[in-house]
Amino acid sequence: MIEIVEPGPLATVQDLGRTGWASLGVPRSGAFDRSAARVANRLVGNPADSAVIEITYGGLAVRLPAAATLALTGAVCPGADFGVAFSVAAGRTVRLGAPGAGGLRSYLAVRGGVAVDAVLGSRSTDLLSGLGPARLHAGDRLPVGRAPAEAPSGATAALTRPPRPLRISLAPRADWFGLDAAGVLTSTAWTVRTDSDRIGVRLDGPALARTRDGELTSEPTLPGALQVPADGRPILLGPDAPVTGGYPVIAVLADADLDLAGQLRPGDTVTFRSGSGSG
Amino acid sequence: MKVLPYGERAVLAEPDDPHLVPGLRAAAADAAGVIDAVAGACTVLVVFDPARTSAAAIRDALDRAELHVDAPAESSPAVEVPVVYDGADLASVAANVDLSPSQLIDLHTGAEYTVRFCGFSPGFAYLDGLDPRLHVARRASPRTAVPAGSVAIAGEFTGVYPRSSPGGWQLLGRTDAQLWEVTRDPPALLTPGTRVRFVPA
Repeated sequence: MIEIVEPGPLATVQDLGRTGWASLGVPRSGAFDRSAARVANRLVGNPADSAVIEITYGGLAVRLPAAATLALTGAVCPGADFGVAFSVAAGRTVRLGAPGAGGLRSYLAVRGGVAVDAVLGSRSTDLLSGLGPARLHAGDRLPVGRAPAEAPSGATAALTRPPRPLRISLAPRADWFGLDAAGVLTSTAWTVRTDSDRIGVRLDGPALARTRDGELTSEPTLPGALQVPADGRPILLGPDAPVTGGYPVIAVLADADLDLAGQLRPGDTVTFRSGSGSG
Repeated sequence: MKVLPYGERAVLAEPDDPHLVPGLRAAAADAAGVIDAVAGACTVLVVFDPARTSAAAIRDALDRAELHVDAPAESSPAVEVPVVYDGADLASVAANVDLSPSQLIDLHTGAEYTVRFCGFSPGFAYLDGLDPRLHVARRASPRTAVPAGSVAIAGEFTGVYPRSSPGGWQLLGRTDAQLWEVTRDPPALLTPGTRVRFVPA
């Protein structure tokens, strides 16, 4: 059992998402920074798809009525050991501050995993569709699953990933924009807007002008798609984005770089470069 | 049909005839290594696991499927959705298209529809087959809360709001049918390719 003492600005339960239901209109949801969630699980010996707590801009305080093994990854928050499995004695409270150096989302794994009921195969909170558990509130008590056979890891995870341009490849609707739009996309230092959330990271910069009038019919999209609404300011779709959208998608992020996008804070600058593939 | 790259884990298929979208989606969903096949109004996004398949293999599967997919078969009976036609926009839509409300209701109940795709929110089905006389624009300003079960039209589509949400479609009526239940399999009443009729409740 984990008791939520304070949720901070936003804390949700997340695993690797609700895949396979998109054709019925169900977003993928799941941890925005999937690699950080996987590492947190690995540190406490959990399977990679166990549910963890996604903490947005720190501020989470949890009380452990029974002794537990935890691990914290993602954005570095003061208040707990970072990137290693650590034990917490029964009755103790772990209280996290705001992440200092950079990054937005931290992941707290508990050995055994957060064992709330799964909905359509996932324990993830989908803030757009209202699927899965509600966002966490003070007083919530989250069940913890049985400890896995695998022992906690003695490893230490890397603290942070240095910022770098996010890799994109052009998408089928890139031809809705002028020939120079791809150049503008990759030569601009975009600013992350304050109205960004798990549905989309909204960017400010020069408007990407459309060269084609009219409305696109609703088209399927994917987390990581860069959608451009009528005002020309791109939105990088996040895990809770709807599965279809009516705005043209100019480019798609490399899958691994979506994790980095999940760490962008309002006010951060972000750049893109063309290229995909692993690495 | 065009099959276009969409990042390193997906392709977007655009058949020449949008009515092939549900059949193409179903065929793509069955291909090896496919994680999700999602339909839109005119396109199908096929998301795959690059460790198990490739864009080229998906393209081949789609090309083969295109040869024998057709508009959805009439094998299974249509789902009947009972509607009380008392929607907030019924009178104004009827006036705009020079019909009486009862003529509008006759047109809406007289057609058979097919789910082209689901999107917007879980279980929200875009139904193909709306009489062209009822193709109307969305409301200039969307409502902040459309009640669950609202039966509505916009553009070439009709649909039912599965749960209360913001929305800009024109409201014709309401149904008690449960469009979305996570404990049901499948959770959506109206899945891609399903045939649908509206009947006065």
